[in-house]
Amino acid sequence: MSKKTYINGVGCISTQKTFDTVFLEEAVVNHNENVLAIVPPAYKEYISPAASRRMAKGVKNGIVASALAMKDANVENVDAIITGTGLGCIEDSEKFLKSILDNNEEFLTPTSFIQSTHNTVGAQIALLQQCKGYNFTYVNGAVSFESALLDAKMQIEENEANSILVGGVDENGDYTTSLFKLAGRIKKENDLPSNVLNANSTGVVYGEGASFFVLENEKKDSTYAEILDVEIKNSLEENEVEEALILFLKSNHLEITDLDAVVLGFDGNSDSDSYYRNLSENAFVKTPQLYYKHLSGAYDTASAFALWMASKILKTQEIPEIIKVNSVVKPTYNTILLYNQLNGKNHSFTLLSK
Amino acid sequence: MKGVAITGMGIISSIGNSVEENYISLIENKIGISRIENIPTVHADVIKVGEIKKTNEELVAELQLPENNNFSRTAMIGTLAAKQAVENAGITSINEFRTGLISATSVGGMDMTERHYYDYFEKPELVKYITCHDGGDVAEKIAEELGLKGMVTTISTACSSAANSIMLGARLIKTGKLDRVIVGGADALAKFTINGFKTLMILSDDYNKPFDNTRKGLNLGEAAAFLVLESDEIVAKQNKKVLARVSGYGNANDAFHQTASSENGEGAYLAMKKAFEVSGLKPSQIDYINVHGTATPNNDLSEGRALLRIYENEKVPDFSSTKPYTGHTLAAAAAIEAVYSVLAIQNNVVYPNLNFEIPMEEFDLTPQTTLKNKTIEHVLSNSFGFGGNCSTLIFSKS
Repeated sequence: MSKKTYINGVGCISTQKTFDTVFLEEAVVNHNENVLAIVPPAYKEYISPAASRRMAKGVKNGIVASALAMKDANVENVDAIITGTGLGCIEDSEKFLKSILDNNEEFLTPTSFIQSTHNTVGAQIALLQQCKGYNFTYVNGAVSFESALLDAKMQIEENEANSILVGGVDENGDYTTSLFKLAGRIKKENDLPSNVLNANSTGVVYGEGASFFVLENEKKDSTYAEILDVEIKNSLEENEVEEALILFLKSNHLEITDLDAVVLGFDGNSDSDSYYRNLSENAFVKTPQLYYKHLSGAYDTASAFALWMASKILKTQEIPEIIKVNSVVKPTYNTILLYNQLNGKNHSFTLLSK
Repeated sequence: MKGVAITGMGIISSIGNSVEENYISLIENKIGISRIENIPTVHADVIKVGEIKKTNEELVAELQLPENNNFSRTAMIGTLAAKQAVENAGITSINEFRTGLISATSVGGMDMTERHYYDYFEKPELVKYITCHDGGDVAEKIAEELGLKGMVTTISTACSSAANSIMLGARLIKTGKLDRVIVGGADALAKFTINGFKTLMILSDDYNKPFDNTRKGLNLGEAAAFLVLESDEIVAKQNKKVLARVSGYGNANDAFHQTASSENGEGAYLAMKKAFEVSGLKPSQIDYINVHGTATPNNDLSEGRALLRIYENEKVPDFSSTKPYTGHTLAAAAAIEAVYSVLAIQNNVVYPNLNFEIPMEEFDLTPQTTLKNKTIEHVLSNSFGFGGNCSTLIFSKS
């Protein structure tokens, strides 16, 4: 029989204070900006100042979030490190590209090129921990993190690893952010204040962050949840989502009524938020519905923030008011489904149980 | 262990626009290393590259893309190779079974980003290219062109990326999560990577000479290749021809340095060791090793030492690097070399390691330097990347 996968430790650096806090009690919703920046942790507690100066913020956040998760799980090493990132080390990519263009390909130094590769975060964590095991980095938009999660779950099921560090990390780069505004991916200033639940304009409020998890094949005192299943579908029409979701639940011997909560990726983009609204107003009317991108901002691996949130709920059995979509409550929270998509592509279902 | 069936292949590289063309170049010593023509760069007279001699306009025409398309060059060569692979596997209804696509990239749509970076604000007609920078854009474009709706993802572990996409695909089939998966990678030449490798001082101004004592570095190349992997159930049901099988895979991290390989090739050694464990094969059963062999001083020394550690007191089998033909095609390298490995099995050949003259002084390792015909049952293929990412694949006769 294949092994079960447990989330035994979590670490989250985000646009909210998600470290040194209990569970979003200090969270604030920022309606008035279209790009949100992370609340930085005390890096010097985790990384030497000399090393820190050379590292991009995504790398630093990844290192801190992974350290938090490992401490939380009370493990000192892991068998594998699997990372998801949409844009990778975009700040160093920008830096190197600008120096190429500005100096007509001359007088370049390799530092920013070296740090620009998408696998830098996973590599730096491996280097710090001297982890010589399996090391993958996924870069596929909004399923970057779910790809990592699915891979990790397969590793544990197949007995290829006992403990795995898995995370999602993205950072904002100034120039790329300006390009995203130009391309309409980020909401226009004129369209603020934003409203994530009742989208009134196209584009999203961008965020950044790093969420890491220690997954293990055994239940411990620190266990948050069991990951029952993860599924990725590249494209679904609006009218196909519910059916896909019911099939996914069915393959796990569950029905919609078995869910104690559903975490929806509402991102305030009027072009595609009907994917969530349809479910919210129909299939999940009687299910406690939760959302998070009003807190984390929208970015490729924001769904890792959602997993952090759902893990906390299963462990604490509490749901902060600030993440509730509706007023439906359940006496206990045992089974939670996460659904996310990006502009009708990159659909993912993640199923957790207590 | 039987391994996962490979039922289709597609490739475009500087030595050919199809599997057949690539094979003919390999056995006839036709190299694809030349001066760069498609990218204006100040290094044009200094570097040699493995460039696909088709302009973007020609690729657009070949793919019959609409005028308002926003395909990067990487997406175009990726689509060409993936379409060939699907056709070669005789797939007519792409979503008939649970079918996935796993691609690999180093810098995504960087070729368009670097071309238009400062022009986006002045030229609205270029804005469409902004989103093609994403690492996942190439895979999404290929999926759309194939009409594939299932699982799509992309791996980016620098120069080992495509080995990992093949590895993931094989695992998805083995665990029964998918019935069929198209795996591989694509990377087009870009100023970004040319200058990156240039600043690291590992580009050769001459033809690359893997495992040669006087080797000076690598030639960059561009390519795309995809393979179709299918479950044994589908193979049996549809009576499919199996080209070869993915019988082993291993992934490890060198955990030594962001860009350099360790002195004793620890990561490479661990990756090969794991691949042997998965396949159940002994090192002595390998008939041909398609080495990573980038021709940088560091890689070949580290890889050579790892090979000697794996083979201990045994003779290292015939080995060669095919990078003198194609250049180092980064995230696509392991995919094109997977195609070459399957062709080696099908045709019972070992390709020559071109440009080799003088054995390295650090050890006694001489690659195969001429085309050799012999029975090939098992091929081992290595790929290593920045970030210490080391991957090994083993392909076996079906």
